[in-house]
Amino acid sequence: MKFSVYRYNPETDSEPYMQAFEVEQRQGMMLRDALLAIQAQDESFTFRHSCGEGVCGSDGVNVNGSNKLACITALADLKEPVEVRPFPGRPVIRDLVVDMSQFYAQFKQVDPWLIRKDPMPEQEIPQSPEERDRLDGLYECIMCGCCSTSCPSFWWNPDKFLGPQALLTACRFLADSRDQAKEERLDKLEGPYKLFRCHTIMNCVESCPKELNPTKAIGHIKAIMLKDAI
Amino acid sequence: MALEKQRFDTLILGAGGAGLNAALQLANANLKVAVVSKVFPTRSHTVAAQGGVNAALANVLPDNWHWHMFDTVKGSDYLGDQDAIEYMCREAIPTVYELEHNGVPFSRLPNGKIYQRAFGGQSQNFGGEQAARTCAAADRTGHAILHTLYQQNIRAKTHFYDEYFAADLIRDDEGYILGALVLNIATGEPLLIESKTTLLATGGCGQVFRTTSNAHINTGDGMAMVLRAGLPLMDMEFFQFHPTGIAGKGMLITEGVRGEGGYLINKNGERFMEKYAPNAKDLASRDVVARSIITEVREGSGVGPEADHVLLKVNHLGEDVIAKRLPGIRESSKIFAGVDPVKEPIPVFPTAHYVMGGIPTDRFGRVMPTADDDGDHLPGLYAAGECACASVHGANRLGGNSLLDILVFGRLAGHNIIDYVKENNAHRTLDEASVEKAMSRLQKWDTKGDGITVSQLRNEFRKTMEDHAGVFRVEEMMVEGVEKVKNIREKLSEVRLTDHSSTFNTNRTEALELENLIDVGLSIAVSALHRKESRGAHSRPDYPNRDDKEWMKHTLYWMENDRLDYKGVRAQPLTVESFPPKERVY
Repeated sequence: MKFSVYRYNPETDSEPYMQAFEVEQRQGMMLRDALLAIQAQDESFTFRHSCGEGVCGSDGVNVNGSNKLACITALADLKEPVEVRPFPGRPVIRDLVVDMSQFYAQFKQVDPWLIRKDPMPEQEIPQSPEERDRLDGLYECIMCGCCSTSCPSFWWNPDKFLGPQALLTACRFLADSRDQAKEERLDKLEGPYKLFRCHTIMNCVESCPKELNPTKAIGHIKAIMLKDAI
Repeated sequence: MALEKQRFDTLILGAGGAGLNAALQLANANLKVAVVSKVFPTRSHTVAAQGGVNAALANVLPDNWHWHMFDTVKGSDYLGDQDAIEYMCREAIPTVYELEHNGVPFSRLPNGKIYQRAFGGQSQNFGGEQAARTCAAADRTGHAILHTLYQQNIRAKTHFYDEYFAADLIRDDEGYILGALVLNIATGEPLLIESKTTLLATGGCGQVFRTTSNAHINTGDGMAMVLRAGLPLMDMEFFQFHPTGIAGKGMLITEGVRGEGGYLINKNGERFMEKYAPNAKDLASRDVVARSIITEVREGSGVGPEADHVLLKVNHLGEDVIAKRLPGIRESSKIFAGVDPVKEPIPVFPTAHYVMGGIPTDRFGRVMPTADDDGDHLPGLYAAGECACASVHGANRLGGNSLLDILVFGRLAGHNIIDYVKENNAHRTLDEASVEKAMSRLQKWDTKGDGITVSQLRNEFRKTMEDHAGVFRVEEMMVEGVEKVKNIREKLSEVRLTDHSSTFNTNRTEALELENLIDVGLSIAVSALHRKESRGAHSRPDYPNRDDKEWMKHTLYWMENDRLDYKGVRAQPLTVESFPPKERVY
C-alpha cells in the first residue's frame, strides 16, 4: 500500500516535504500499524502513539484530508496513496508531532472540574440514572484534538475561540447535576468569541473518533444561556 | 552548557491514577509538587481500565470490607501481605467516595447510588454467594477516573512536566534519593529535578511480552530505575495474563463482560468453565480462567481456522444492556475483531496484562530496600500503583483491585509524604557523581555507527519473553529463556540509533525504554526460574502444587549478579484474624 507522509525536522529541513513509503498491507491492519511499519523502515520518522485502542488520544493525525485517530482507522477504508499529515493549524514540532499547548490552554479556560459549594456528604452525592444519562456523549472525550484542529473558527482564532473540545467539556460540567457553578460557567463563556465563534460548520462532529457531537453541546449551552436570559 | 536544575518538595514520576491521586493530595496541602510524565497526563494507561474499582459499598448486594479482604487474600493465593490488604480494603470505601466527590461520572442505580457490578473472585460471607463490588462508569471507569484526577490537579495548580522522560534516580552515598534526571522529549534537553521526596508511579511493564493489553508506554521505567539505583524488585515472577484479550491482537475485553453475564464457549459451543470452576464458572479468578482457555485450545477445542482461540458470548444479554453497560467493548470488538457482540461472540485469548510484582513498599508506599521483614524503609522514597508491590495482589490480582490499588496507595503515599516533608524540610546536598552517572548513560546513545536497531532487538526480546516466561513455565524452557535474555542484555551495547537529532527523538526514547524493558524482563525470568511451585499466575507443570512450607515467601531480585533473596509473607492483618492458607477452589 502506498503512503505519502509529511516530513519535517527543524534541525535539518528548511521546509517540510512529503515522502513516499510503501507498506505491505495485512488483514485488519490499522493506520497506526502502517505508521509503525514506516518507522521500522526509517527510525527518524516521528509520531505520537500509545494505547493502540482509541482511548488515550495520542495518535490523532490528518489522513487524506480528515482528522482521525491512527490506531482505530482501518487501512481498508483509505484511498491510495494515503496522505498522512500533522493536524492542520498547529505548529509542527517534527513530522506528525504538533504543539498542542494552545488546545490544552483553551481546555483549562473552562474550569474543567466539578465545582461543589455544599459540604460533601459522607457517601456519594446522589444522582439519578436519568441525571447521569445527561453526561453520556459528553464525558467520553479523550482530548485527542481531532475536533478543534479541524475547526476553521479555531484555526482563525485559536487564542480567542475556545474550540469544540473545550466547549464540549464546559457542557459536560453544565450538564452534571452535582455541579453548583452554572452561572459562573455561563458568565465565563460570554462575549463574541469564546463560544459564539462557532458557526456550526460541524467539522468537529465529522472528525470525532468517539462519535461525540460538540456542535450539539455548543447549541445546548447557547440554549441554556437563552433560557437564563429570559 | 550547565545542566538546568529545578527544586520541589515532591517529585512524582508518572501521571496515571497513582501519581495524580498523590499529586492532588499534595497540591491540596500546598506542597510544591512536580509531576513528570512522558506523555500528556490523560494519555497514561490508567485511561484504558474498563471494568471498575472495587469497594465494599454494598450498594447492590450485602458487602463489607472484611469479605473484600478475604477474597483478595484468597485471590492472591495467600502470597499477599494481609496487613496491606486489610488496609486497602478498608480505605477503598473513603477513596471511592472521594473520587465521586471530585467528579467521577460513575454509573448510577435507581436510588442515586454508585452502580456496582459483579467481577471475578468476589464473594459474600467469606466464599459464599457472588458479590457485586466493582464500582463502574459504564466500561470506561479508568478514563472517567484519570480525566477527573487530571481536572482536579489543574484546579489545584499541580506543576506538570508533560512529555518529559525520567531517565534515572539521583542517589547519594548514604542511599537517599535526591530527585531524578529527566529529559525534555520535545527538545532533547536534560533537566535535573531535586526533591525532598520522590514518588515512583510509573505503571506497569506489559511491553516485555509480545502480545499484551498494555500500551506502548508501559515499559517498566520506574522499576528499572530502581534496579539501577541498587534496589530490589519483589515477586516479579507473578505476571497476570488476562483471559480475554481480542484473539491475535491483545486488546482487552473487560471481565465486566462476564460480570454482566457473558460467558466463554469452545468450538462445540460448550460453556467449558463449568468443568474448571464448577461454582464460580466464568467468574473464577483470572489465572484460573486464563489457564482453562489455553488448556481448551491445547486439547483441540479451539475455534477459528487455526483453532487458536475461544469465544466470548454476549449477545444473549440483549442490545440494551450491551449499549448501556458495555458500549466501549462493543466499539472495540467491531473495530479490532470485526464482530458486533450484539450479534456474534467475540474471539478471545489470554493477553499479558498486569505485573503483580514491583518495587517493594510497606502499606504507606514507603520503599523497603532489604529482605529484612522488619527492616527500615528508605527515607523519602515512595512507590505506588502498578510499579509498586505493597503487596496486595500476591500471586494473582483480582479484577477491580488494580484501580483500587493505584488510587488507595497513591492517596495514602500523598498523605504520608505531607507528614514526611513537615519533619524533613530541607534538600540534601546534591551528589554530583550520581548525576554524572545518569548523564553518561544518556550520552552513551550519542555513539554513532552501524549496529542493531532498537526495534530489531525489542522484537527479539519480546518474543523470547513470550516463549519462555508465559502462562505455563517448565524448567528447561526457563533456563533457556534466562540465557537468551542475558544474551539480549549483552547485545544492547551493539544497538545504535539511526536518528541523533534533539527534537522529539522517539528513536532515543525507545532505546531508553528498551534498556528498561530488558532489565525488568530479566527480573521476571530469573525470579520465575527459581520459584519451584505453582501459585496464582505462576504455573509450573513440573511443580504443579502450591508449596506453603517452602514457598510462602516473597522473591526479591537485585540486578547486580542477578541476585535473589526471599522474605516472609506478612500473614498478620491489622485488626482481624489472619486468613490461613487453604486450597484455592472457585
